[in-house]
Amino acid sequence: MRQVAFSGDLQRNLQTIIARTYVRIVGSAREPSWLLWDTVLPMLTLSAYVYVYKVMNAPREFTGFVIVGGAMIAFWLNILWDMAAQLYWEKETGNLEPFLIAPISRMAMLMGMAIGGIFNTTLRALGIFIVGALVFQVEFLIADPVAAALVFALTFASLYSLGMVFASVFLMYGREAWHTSHLLQEPIYFLSGFYFPVKFLPFWLQVAASVIPVTFGLDAIRKILILGAGLKEVSLHVIVLTIFWLVLLFMARWLLQYMEDHGRREGRLTLRWQ
Amino acid sequence: MVKALDDISVSIRKGELFGLLGPNGAGKTTLIKILCTLLLPSGGSAYVRGHDVVKEASYVRKIINMVTGGETPGYGILTVAENLWFFSQLYGIRGDVAKSRVKELLETVGLSDEGTTRMNRLSSGMKQRLNVARGFINDPEVLFLDEPTLGLDVLSAKHIRAYIRNWVNTQPEKTVLLTTHYMAEADELCDRVGIIHEGRIVACDKPSNSKAMVRDKSVFQFEIAGSGDHERLKAVRGVVGLSWTHHIESDMSTLKVVLSDQAVASEIESALKASGSRIMSITTPEPTLEDVFIHLVGKGLE
Repeated sequence: MRQVAFSGDLQRNLQTIIARTYVRIVGSAREPSWLLWDTVLPMLTLSAYVYVYKVMNAPREFTGFVIVGGAMIAFWLNILWDMAAQLYWEKETGNLEPFLIAPISRMAMLMGMAIGGIFNTTLRALGIFIVGALVFQVEFLIADPVAAALVFALTFASLYSLGMVFASVFLMYGREAWHTSHLLQEPIYFLSGFYFPVKFLPFWLQVAASVIPVTFGLDAIRKILILGAGLKEVSLHVIVLTIFWLVLLFMARWLLQYMEDHGRREGRLTLRWQ
Repeated sequence: MVKALDDISVSIRKGELFGLLGPNGAGKTTLIKILCTLLLPSGGSAYVRGHDVVKEASYVRKIINMVTGGETPGYGILTVAENLWFFSQLYGIRGDVAKSRVKELLETVGLSDEGTTRMNRLSSGMKQRLNVARGFINDPEVLFLDEPTLGLDVLSAKHIRAYIRNWVNTQPEKTVLLTTHYMAEADELCDRVGIIHEGRIVACDKPSNSKAMVRDKSVFQFEIAGSGDHERLKAVRGVVGLSWTHHIESDMSTLKVVLSDQAVASEIESALKASGSRIMSITTPEPTLEDVFIHLVGKGLE
């Protein structure tokens, strides 16, 4: 039998990231029905908000705010239902054991899931942007592409790091954690201002909303894409998002290790239907 | 707290195909999960190739793999070949080597023609063969096979067993720990067999040596019509142990008894008749590992 050539730790983890990303991207490409469910259907809710603003004679940029919020909802749902539940589903489908006995960083596996998720969801979000622009003539004023790229990157990094935190909790608490996702879905829509700018919320609600990374990301993206802001105007957002990203990434790494050790000790790491 | 393993001490030699034989719940899977770094032992220590499975888990993971029978890891949306490629990446196997390895393993498990078929379109048996192929993807130094032929048809199981035996025979540095509750599988495949019962290893030897344990005992097999009642037979003096299996499809039962003395067989026969059982045949088969189990534990693996 031919001897198998192995890579070093870093190479192996990079290969893992690519392989896991591949699963996500290929999976979506082979089931293109998501185009309908994830792009066209969400537009119905967004349209309702757009027409409400039109009836109220709200400033024109509010239409853009709604479309950007709608696109970001796609990312939030991806975090809550795909990213967070991923390890749980890997367990239910029998994949978790082979993952856990493989000589890879669990973060590499989650990273692959995250990159695949970002890629797929970006396509969905682009679909929403395009439909929004064509149907409602939303104007995008991107004055500073570098700032736009930076804000997007930091928003995704902090959001998906939060997803990794959730994933480790789901790994141990399975269906109990499932309820948390339900619990978080609508309140986050509201608090993060997916359909309206959070500056209209009462002060104490704005404070509460500020602990959610998507609030800052969404606000910064709206400023850059709709209001034509540059890096200077969103510098506070950039700092806060960077802190979110680093803290959440550290938390995810620690929590994942803690949950794995806890599960190995209690003997329920790979037990199903718990 | 459930005590899954109790004061187990077993050493498996490099190059050995070691079998763990025991009924469901005996502790076989728990032992494998500890050795595969999926479970932390609550006491004692365990080593794989001299490496502590708790303190050196990262190293141990590089040299092992595990196949659990009845499981079908992978992604339904990916093809058979893509799934194997995916798992090869978790072991850092590079480009062309990964491709040739996937091809070789698909041939081995008889899935060459299904390489481009999506996994969700495979039959259960095919998925199980794919799972077995996955276990060999990194050409591990130590392979853990937990009921690897569970759910496979007779021909596929035979094919897989032959591959496992050949894999160890041709590469003397490879080690396999196999758990099974199929006697014939353990007998045919393993260099040594450990019999595990209620978390303890009650015997550990070559299959031929283990079977020698019951050579001086009398083993009788009764074929009986219907399901019958066998509880009272346990009380017959001279019965070392017995196993009763009812075959639903034929409505026949097989009673296997290990006796301290051949003369006890007539008492068993009388007791069966007295309970209304219709005896269709009585044979004295060659001792098997099941007889060893019955002899040691007092009951069969059922």
